Amino acid sequence: MKILGKKNIITLIIILSVYLVVGLLMNIGIIDSYIQLNMVLIGVNIILAIGLNLITGFTGQFSLGHAAFMSIGAYASGIATAKLGQPFIVGIIAAALCAAAAGILIGIPTLRLKGDYLAIATLGFAEIVKIIGLNNSYIGGAIGLNDIPQYTNWTWLYISVVGTIMLAYNFVNSYHGRACISIREDEIAAEAMGVNTTYYKILVFTIGAFLAGIAGALYANYFFFIKPDTFGFMKSVDILVIVVFGGMGSITGSIVGAVVLSIITIFLQGVPELRMVIYAVVLFLIMVYRPQGIMGDKEFKLFNKEGVLDGNVSSK
Amino acid sequence: MEMLVVNNLYKSFGGVKAVSNINMKIEEGQIVGLIGPNGAGKTTFFNLLTGIYSPSSGDIVYKLNQEVSSCNFKPSKMVKYGVARTFQNIRLFKDMTVLDNVLIGYHNNFKYNLFTSLFRFPSFFKHEESAYNEVIDLLKEFNLYDKKDVLAKNLPYGEQRKVEIARALASKPKLLLLDEPAAGMNPNETRELTELIKWIRDEFELTVILIEHDMSLVMDLCDDIFVFNYGTLLAKGTPEQIQHNPKVIKAYLGGE
Repeated sequence: MKILGKKNIITLIIILSVYLVVGLLMNIGIIDSYIQLNMVLIGVNIILAIGLNLITGFTGQFSLGHAAFMSIGAYASGIATAKLGQPFIVGIIAAALCAAAAGILIGIPTLRLKGDYLAIATLGFAEIVKIIGLNNSYIGGAIGLNDIPQYTNWTWLYISVVGTIMLAYNFVNSYHGRACISIREDEIAAEAMGVNTTYYKILVFTIGAFLAGIAGALYANYFFFIKPDTFGFMKSVDILVIVVFGGMGSITGSIVGAVVLSIITIFLQGVPELRMVIYAVVLFLIMVYRPQGIMGDKEFKLFNKEGVLDGNVSSK
Repeated sequence: MEMLVVNNLYKSFGGVKAVSNINMKIEEGQIVGLIGPNGAGKTTFFNLLTGIYSPSSGDIVYKLNQEVSSCNFKPSKMVKYGVARTFQNIRLFKDMTVLDNVLIGYHNNFKYNLFTSLFRFPSFFKHEESAYNEVIDLLKEFNLYDKKDVLAKNLPYGEQRKVEIARALASKPKLLLLDEPAAGMNPNETRELTELIKWIRDEFELTVILIEHDMSLVMDLCDDIFVFNYGTLLAKGTPEQIQHNPKVIKAYLGGE
């Protein structure tokens, strides 16, 4: 399998042409600002969901605090761009690194815990982050952080989303990714096979946080304004719902989940009184009739199996 | 040459002495059987050998890839020291394919780093391909090649055992620990397994330590047998000697 093989070139062409076509449609006004806003939300949700899927879907660590990493990223980028006047790239990098650092800090003590205990610990962490945000006057406290420059555009969004998908796919299909899946399947056996489970748990936690930080930066620099409540428990649950809905252990599933759930929300805006009811019913039906999520643990692939190394880890 | 030395090994859980005063020396290339009634401390001893428990006193020394003693044991490091194991109740990665299960066994032999895997530098493909080829060879030797893409949970019991052994061998161990490999097998499968273990020992130049209740397998296979009873070593010897040892007969069948 070569880097400049046929598959990679075709993939590259598709990625570039989607970028150009959508960019063009935006320029000539067919995609209006309302659709653009929803596209940003979808993109941010895809990045968040893939990050959480690495933690929960692939490695089997149940985290309820993913929005906290997004919050850290959003504020880091907000401070860098609005308060310090840095360009967006600095904001994104600061966001990703701050969130990743928080991921390591939180991961080391909490990842000794398992299952429910880990969920409660991450939930507690998310609340702590929110409370700190509410009480810190430098970042505006409960009023929120205002006047963040709007840097997020189609290019940034597209690069971030495609980059996230590619990195996550590469990670999952390497021996590091297989080690993570083996932890989900059987931690004791994984350890006996030489997988350093603590290292890999902290690693995916950090990667997930890193991605959430980028999502936070994109979010903050699109909506001008962030406040701690935006990234509360409900946001964490939203991300988890996307992951479970799309399929735990499927990157494609996270993308599909983010897109479908966002579209459902958009359509339901016409009937505000019934919105949450219908949303809940849809989720309920999916979980009853397809408990493994839309994609299960399968991946969508452009190409058939042909090269020796084309085998996918989790799908059959 | 001795590759495993156990000195005065002692392990207690609260007031229960699970394993006490074990002394053992195991030579390279042998197949060693651990037998004894249920609750005699065999699996505890295995868990001590693989770093899942640490001894209350005494120590275990391996002379395999390097000389290590039990104060440095950690389950995830045992593979690096040259020790691989299987489990009493099969612990395969059920929702992964047979191929991926065995590739996990190969985990510590991968050399590329995280960034290579994230950005797929050329060495990624080189290492993955050589790993794939080695694992495929191993699967062929185990007659599992046709099933490489089957999920582990969909295999029949006997083949799951084989995959577990293949997974352990993929880590290229010098010492293989088998915890009741014949549990739940019919006489036919047990006979096949006996041949398989002999073949593994010769083909991969391994030392094998196994816990087993199936006496036909143990007597047929083992060069040396250690008998556990109430956490202590009751007897040690060749299958012949063990079969005629009055203490062993008493422990198993009762007596005066």
